[in-house]
Amino acid sequence: MAKVGEVKLIGAWPSPFVMRPRIALNLKGVEYEFLEEKFGGKSDLLLRSNPVHKKIPVLLHADRPICESLVIVQYIDKSWPSSGPSILPSDPYDRAIARFWAAYIDEKWFPSMSGIARAQGEEAKKAAIDQVAEGLSLLEDAFGKISKGKPFFGGDAIGFLDIALGCFIGWLRVTERTQGVKLLDEAKVPGLAKWAGRFCADGAVKGVMPETEKLAEFAKLIMGKFKAPPPQ
Amino acid sequence: MVEEVKLFRTWSSPYALRVVWALQLKGIQYETVLEDVSEKSDLLHRYNPVYKKVPVLLHNGRPISESLVILEYVDETWKQHPLLPQDPYARATARFWAKFVVRDCYTHEEEEQEAALAEASEHLQKLEEELRGKKFFGGDNIGYLDIALGWLANLIRVSEEICSHKVVNYERFPLLCAWLKEFSDAPVIKDCWPPHDKLITKFIALRQLHHARSSST
Repeated sequence: MAKVGEVKLIGAWPSPFVMRPRIALNLKGVEYEFLEEKFGGKSDLLLRSNPVHKKIPVLLHADRPICESLVIVQYIDKSWPSSGPSILPSDPYDRAIARFWAAYIDEKWFPSMSGIARAQGEEAKKAAIDQVAEGLSLLEDAFGKISKGKPFFGGDAIGFLDIALGCFIGWLRVTERTQGVKLLDEAKVPGLAKWAGRFCADGAVKGVMPETEKLAEFAKLIMGKFKAPPPQ
Repeated sequence: MVEEVKLFRTWSSPYALRVVWALQLKGIQYETVLEDVSEKSDLLHRYNPVYKKVPVLLHNGRPISESLVILEYVDETWKQHPLLPQDPYARATARFWAKFVVRDCYTHEEEEQEAALAEASEHLQKLEEELRGKKFFGGDNIGYLDIALGWLANLIRVSEEICSHKVVNYERFPLLCAWLKEFSDAPVIKDCWPPHDKLITKFIALRQLHHARSSST
C-alpha cells in the first residue's frame, strides 16, 4: 500500500481524462491526495510537473510526475501489480486491441465529441453529432467482439478500454441533454447503452463520475465563458 | 507451430519503418507486403478497416494496427532485445515522449516542419535532457523511444539536404545531434532506410505540391 502523501493526483472533477487515473487508483485500492486545479488557471505545481503540455491529469508518485492519462493508467497497473485486478488484459494480442481502440478514442472519437460544442449552425451541429454516433457504432461493434458476452470490455471486471471510454459517459449524457439527441441509444448501440449503466454503477467509478446535473451546470458555465470543449 | 509474420507497409512510411526496425532488432523473420497508397489492397481494407493505413502487422492471421501499438505487441511477444524498459517510471517516460512527438511535430505539413521544429525547440531541450549520460534513449541499446523518434533522424537529414541549411541547432542540442548520428549509423537502422534519392525526390515533389496549392487558394 502506498504511504500517506506518496501518491498525489493533480486534476479537476469535471475532466474525463482526470477520471481515468482516479478509477485506476480506486481499482487498485491506492489512497491518494487529490489536488484540484481551479478552473481558468494553472497552478505552479502543474506547470512544474507537466512543463511540456501544462495539462491535467498529472500523477505524482513519490514526487515524480507522470503525465498523459492513459500513460498514467498503465503506470498505475504496473506499479501496484498485486493490488486488485490487472487493468490491462493479460494476453498481448488483447492488450494490442485495447490500446488500438483507446488510441482511436483519444485521436478520433474525442475530437469529434468536442466538435459538437464548437459547431456553428444547425447543419454543422448535425454533422458533428452524426460523426460521434458513427464512432459509437464502431465502438459498439468492438464491444461485442472484445467483451465476448461479458459485462465489460475487460471481461468480468473493468479494464483499460472500459476506463478509456467510460470516462466520457457523463459528458455524453450532458451532450444528449443540451442537444436533444440520444447518443447512447438502446436501439442503435444496445451493448454500449447497457455497459454504460454497469460502468457508472461500479464501485471504482461511482465516487468519481460526477452527476449529470452537476456536469450540465458546469458545462453551461464554461460554454458561457469560453465557448470551449471540456478541459483536457 | 511455424510463425507467420507479415508486415503491410509502403516504401517510405516512417510509421511502418518503426515496425521494420523492431522486427529487425529482434531478428524476427517476416514477409513484407508492399502497399501502394493510391490503390490500397483489399487485404489492407480488411485488416485495418478503421483507418485503412499502413503499417499493419499480421501475426498468425491476426492483424494489429497503429505503429506504437504494434511496437508494444512485438516487444511483449518476442522477448529478445527488449525495447521498453522494465521500470514503470522509465516506461511511462518513454511512452509519454513517443506520443508527444507524433502528435505535435510530424502532423505538420512538410513545408511547415522547419517552423514546427523551431517552435518545438523548448521541448527539444527536454528531450536533450533525456539523453544525458546515454548513447540512445534506450541506454546502451536502441529502445522503444529511439524507434518512435527515428523518423526525426531521417526527416532532419532529408530536410537539411533539400533546404541546404541546418534544421536543428547543433550548439544548442549536442546530445540530440550525437543521437541523430548514432541512430542513423546503427547497423540495423542504416540497412532499412528507404532509398535516399527516391526520398529526396518525394519530399521535393511534396513541397512543390504544397506551394502550388497555397498559391492557387
